[in-house]
Amino acid sequence: MEKQINIRLFKDTLFKGLVCLFAFASALPLFLILYYITKNGIAVINWDFLFNLPRPIGESGGGIGSAIVGTIMLIILSGVISIPFGIATGIYLSEQKKGKLSSIVRLCVIVLQGTPSIVIGIIAYIWVVLPLKTFSAMSGGIALSIMMLPVIIKTTEETLKLIPYHLKEASLALGVPYYKTMLKVILPAGLSGIVTGILLSIARITGETAPLLFTAFGNQFMNLNILKPIDSLPYRIFYYAMSPYPEWHTFAWGASFILVVFTLVFNLIARGISAKWKTQF
Amino acid sequence: MENTVLRIESFSAYFGDNKILKEINLTITKNIVTAIMGPSGCGKTTLIRCVNRMHELIPGTKVSGEMFLGSHNIYSMEPILLRRMVGMVFQKPNPFPTMSIYNNVIAGYKLNGIRRPRDEFDNIVEQSLKKAALWNEVKDSLHRKGTFLSGGQQQRLCIARALAMNPEILLLDEPTSALDPKSTAQIEELFVELKQNVTMLLVTHNIAQAARVSDFTAFLYLGELVEFGPTEKMFTVPKDKRTEEYLTGKFG
Repeated sequence: MEKQINIRLFKDTLFKGLVCLFAFASALPLFLILYYITKNGIAVINWDFLFNLPRPIGESGGGIGSAIVGTIMLIILSGVISIPFGIATGIYLSEQKKGKLSSIVRLCVIVLQGTPSIVIGIIAYIWVVLPLKTFSAMSGGIALSIMMLPVIIKTTEETLKLIPYHLKEASLALGVPYYKTMLKVILPAGLSGIVTGILLSIARITGETAPLLFTAFGNQFMNLNILKPIDSLPYRIFYYAMSPYPEWHTFAWGASFILVVFTLVFNLIARGISAKWKTQF
Repeated sequence: MENTVLRIESFSAYFGDNKILKEINLTITKNIVTAIMGPSGCGKTTLIRCVNRMHELIPGTKVSGEMFLGSHNIYSMEPILLRRMVGMVFQKPNPFPTMSIYNNVIAGYKLNGIRRPRDEFDNIVEQSLKKAALWNEVKDSLHRKGTFLSGGQQQRLCIARALAMNPEILLLDEPTSALDPKSTAQIEELFVELKQNVTMLLVTHNIAQAARVSDFTAFLYLGELVEFGPTEKMFTVPKDKRTEEYLTGKFG
């Protein structure tokens, strides 16, 4: 009897130990990546690096100013496009739980989520770059907005589904029209979830490189015109890392560090918002 | 009759092919409480939801017969306008979680875009909360969220929200079924006070509540209006055998 219990207790301990070991093993590479990026990247970070433009080959110095501005512009552009579409689709799916159109849309969202980003880049190239005959910030924004869509749609749908039905009834019973019920009662009640989804989708696209290769293209110079090619952090990292110059390699590390910080900040804000703005029913 | 608030004439309701309500005839008089009681699934809630056409939210419902609210034909007017004239309180308290207590009370105005001067809103809020017997408890925290209140207080807040629109009739759909006995007693007391100025239609599966609160009672069974009359009379000398059986607990 005693022996059997001891065997079970040993198995318990073994199981717990294994779970901890695997958890640690999977977290370790992540920490190593962060460690390398920080170690190699933080040394080059200074005001000049953050604000200067890339220099021509052979000239030392230079920075990622245009890339930071470009990435911010791309985030704004893709957000402006994808947020209204994403929220509207999310509302539709949460309201229309059954039905042909909504099941087709739901399937499309899943497929879109699994579509390789390079394919989305090519699509934006065909849709926008070819007709306009120029690479542009706008085409990059469109490509990234397509990548943001499934995340926003899914989080909006899931958030709105969790809002109790009796809230909608309360509003409708007061004679409030349907559209106002959705906009002024249901959406505000789900705001924290929706905003979290938007921020997570931004965190997702900030590091995307492939869709930008055929669209935003990259630019050595500062550009604020959305119809001209634009630089971006991931593209700049790619460009610096591919160069044969050791100095530029350290720049790639520095830019990577900034990119990681960007993503981290968006994730942290998202967490803060989902905890703080949470609606109690 | 000028005292008639709501007139229901040979009214039937269907969910798909199921006939939920069968040829109901009912007249609700001004400033009294009419209770609708009956066993589960007898169509009480459907009947009350047909009065403000909330049943239309569920696809596949259809109705026949007529309902009149005062001189308005309920089924030939816009549901939005109808629902502004008919207040409703639900089973579960449902204050708007994103709004303060103050804004919850005037939600019917705010959400419908009806503008009033600030002091008029202040007045509406105070009067409605007083009518709902909630003013003393919340007057110092009007700008806190309504969801911090207890269940009974939340339900009274919902009553205040309905009263703020000055409804012709107040529909109460088992308003105390989610509350504890103390809050239930408070709300029942409130109904007795309110009936001086407000017409109420109360759905309840609690026989004792119907006896305590209502002046008239309608007994629904399997979608049929079995008996309708003064509460006292029905509870002492029911005309129909089924009513008697229900009241004595033989089914239900």
